[in-house]
Amino acid sequence: MAVTGSPEAQKSAGGISRDVLVRWAPLLVLLVLMAFFALMEPRFLTVRNFARILIAASPALMVAIGVTFIIIMGSIDLSMEGTVSVCAVSFAFCFIWLGGTLASWAWLALPLALLVGAVLGFVNGLIHVKLKIPSFMASLAMGFVGTGLAMVMTGGDRIRIEDELFRSLLTERILNFPLMVYVAGLFVLIAWFIQSRTTLGRNFYAVGGGEELAHGSGLNVDRVRVMGFTLAGVFFAAGALLAVGRIGIAETATGNNFMFLSITAVVVGGTALWGGIGGVWNTLVGVLIVFVIGNGMVVIGLPGYVQDGVLGLLVILAVILSTDRKSISFVK
Amino acid sequence: MYQLKKVDKKFPGVHALKAVDFTIGRGEIVGLVGENGAGKSTLMKVIYGAYQPDGGTVTIDGKTVRFQNPRQAMEHGIGMVFQEQSLITNLTVMENVFLGFEQQFVRFGVIDWKAMAAAARHQLQKVKLDIDPAMTTAKLSFAQRQLVELAKVLTLEERIDGDLVILLDEPTSVLAKEEVELLFSLVRELTSRASFIFVSHRIDEVLELSDRIYVMKDGEVVDVVDHDAAEVDAIQRKMVGRDVDKEYYREQKQKPFDPSSALVRFDAVSVAGNYQNISFDLHPGEVLCLVGTEGSGREAILRTIFGLEKPSSGSVIVKGSPYSKATARAAVERGVGYVPRERKIEGIVNGMNVYENMTLSQMANYASNGVLKIAEEKALARQWIERLSIKTPDVYKDCGGLSGGNQQKVVLAKWRSGGSDVILLDHPTRGLDIGAKEDVYDMVREMSDAGAGIVLVADTLEEAIGLSHTIIVLKDGVFQKRFDGSPGDKPSLFDLVHHMI
Repeated sequence: MAVTGSPEAQKSAGGISRDVLVRWAPLLVLLVLMAFFALMEPRFLTVRNFARILIAASPALMVAIGVTFIIIMGSIDLSMEGTVSVCAVSFAFCFIWLGGTLASWAWLALPLALLVGAVLGFVNGLIHVKLKIPSFMASLAMGFVGTGLAMVMTGGDRIRIEDELFRSLLTERILNFPLMVYVAGLFVLIAWFIQSRTTLGRNFYAVGGGEELAHGSGLNVDRVRVMGFTLAGVFFAAGALLAVGRIGIAETATGNNFMFLSITAVVVGGTALWGGIGGVWNTLVGVLIVFVIGNGMVVIGLPGYVQDGVLGLLVILAVILSTDRKSISFVK
Repeated sequence: MYQLKKVDKKFPGVHALKAVDFTIGRGEIVGLVGENGAGKSTLMKVIYGAYQPDGGTVTIDGKTVRFQNPRQAMEHGIGMVFQEQSLITNLTVMENVFLGFEQQFVRFGVIDWKAMAAAARHQLQKVKLDIDPAMTTAKLSFAQRQLVELAKVLTLEERIDGDLVILLDEPTSVLAKEEVELLFSLVRELTSRASFIFVSHRIDEVLELSDRIYVMKDGEVVDVVDHDAAEVDAIQRKMVGRDVDKEYYREQKQKPFDPSSALVRFDAVSVAGNYQNISFDLHPGEVLCLVGTEGSGREAILRTIFGLEKPSSGSVIVKGSPYSKATARAAVERGVGYVPRERKIEGIVNGMNVYENMTLSQMANYASNGVLKIAEEKALARQWIERLSIKTPDVYKDCGGLSGGNQQKVVLAKWRSGGSDVILLDHPTRGLDIGAKEDVYDMVREMSDAGAGIVLVADTLEEAIGLSHTIIVLKDGVFQKRFDGSPGDKPSLFDLVHHMI
């Protein structure tokens, strides 16, 4: 009996171990990386250094979560750099115009920035769905429009936000971590709630897992897509606010680098590019991997350009791991 | 002379070919007929090298051959003209004709287009097609493309020594009547160059063209008839010749339906290119079965009821009112549920678990202000897992990991739990094992007892006869005949086949 039973047991054990591997590989990679850097340089394992990693990661985490929803739907959003810039700049203008301190009506600039992000995302989604332009092209174009728009608004200038209350995002620390880390944590929880507890979140997975079927089950797939891009826009705006809070400056360049960082983080975290698989926690781990590598390389004294190379290799590795190549015959 | 002797082919659970003998001589046209699933396509695949036989021998002029792939078969003179046209539409005609064999025109690493065009023109002359070989294939009509395919296969003539055997798989399915005549006269002329195996579900055409006809049933050749001795009726009888097992299809559980009201009313409905002038009523408790060959319009009718196809004329009334705008969403809201043929692609969402799949079509009932009531979803899933005895460890199991039968049950639970009472089933038992099929039959009976109307496109004719109250036979999108399927008074397989082909 044991002999006849074993092939099947092995098979299922193999199947499970693959599933388990795919699910836990990102976390494992993160832990191995941290152990590696800690061995190379004990200073890596200090609270002070962790705080540094989290501060750097918070804005990118917001952007990455936004794009996670889109990737779960099987689309892609590349408009983040433009959207972040426009949101940062409009926040800064409005903030200063309304008084320049959170203690005044200027706090209204915060929800306004989120609204700007939502509008940009909504337009992005409409262009993609109504004009039937592939999402990567529609969003890439919208991103350029955003960058251009931010440039027109600022004329190339930097806008300084010197309000102490707003800067307390960075300066005020609870348990050695600045406020912005907690704000980012709060947004992660909101994102997780949307993903797991709302019809919208469920619809993202349905569209990504089987668009034909979602349509055949009576879902308004177009509406889900537009809502997804709108939601992503809101999270891009949150990323913009944290980015401004971190440096105290809003400018066209605020949005730079977010595209590569966020997409890399989402993929490294194990969210599948063809949709339906992954989620907020994957992205959190992915962002941490990306920033631990960045920080760790600096700590052990490697030049910055090595970092990009390592990240690139990691992306390929992550996609190899998360793809079941047997079920895919052609890749375009 | 191409010959198969005692050729066997087995797949897991299916004995697809049972000791098949098959012979075709030089210049012959041989017909091959049989019901869906009789083994025609398996036999063809063995002949053109896509499958390797498990037993028996294949000989060409007395020499035993064994093909590992279609390309090797082509090198021995066996070519296939596909039913699903295999031309790449964005390439030119000549590129298609010599696809994979461009090397002969390469000079110093560059393709000599003039030489290729000349060669292609020569091939096209064989099939009497006067077109520019540099034309994009997409611009050709279906009939022209068919001829290009034939020309492509005829290039073998120059490439190999020995005789050609060309398989024609349903070559007439997309052709108009005059085009069929042209094709047939062409094939007759081409017998000087090659022999042909002609596979079609249109028996009259097979009879007209073939010198000899092989009749297949259940993986066996049950008869070989000469052209002169062939009769349509006799062949059709040989193709079926089975009785329907009443127990198996739960016939004793079939109850009369209520003819006084109609759930779905089709009044002279046509969808251009699919079917014309179809009328029927679907009543509560009725199982209405649409019978016909592939492409007879069965699936298109289901899609019309579900709002995926827009009627070009006539009216579709679902539960008393017509669709103002035909969309799947409107259909779902009215209580129409669609169980499509490909479960993996369209039935369940891979990666979503059991309860998520079950509430997919009715999420609004399990949410307030967009926030899901997951506890209620799970309760619903547990209830239906129990009711349909769905084999799953728990409600969190990814539906992609369930067996086909259990996936089917999840899909049916999705529609029934949402209160759908018009259920459209497209090949609901395809690919299921016998036990799972019986479960589906039980569910069909249970649904119709509960007053749901079911439109069924069955996997086999036996299934259609066994399950249905009413059978509508279609051929090429046109209504042929309506049969009453009350228990004890069901039509025979022969009755149906007679009107189908």
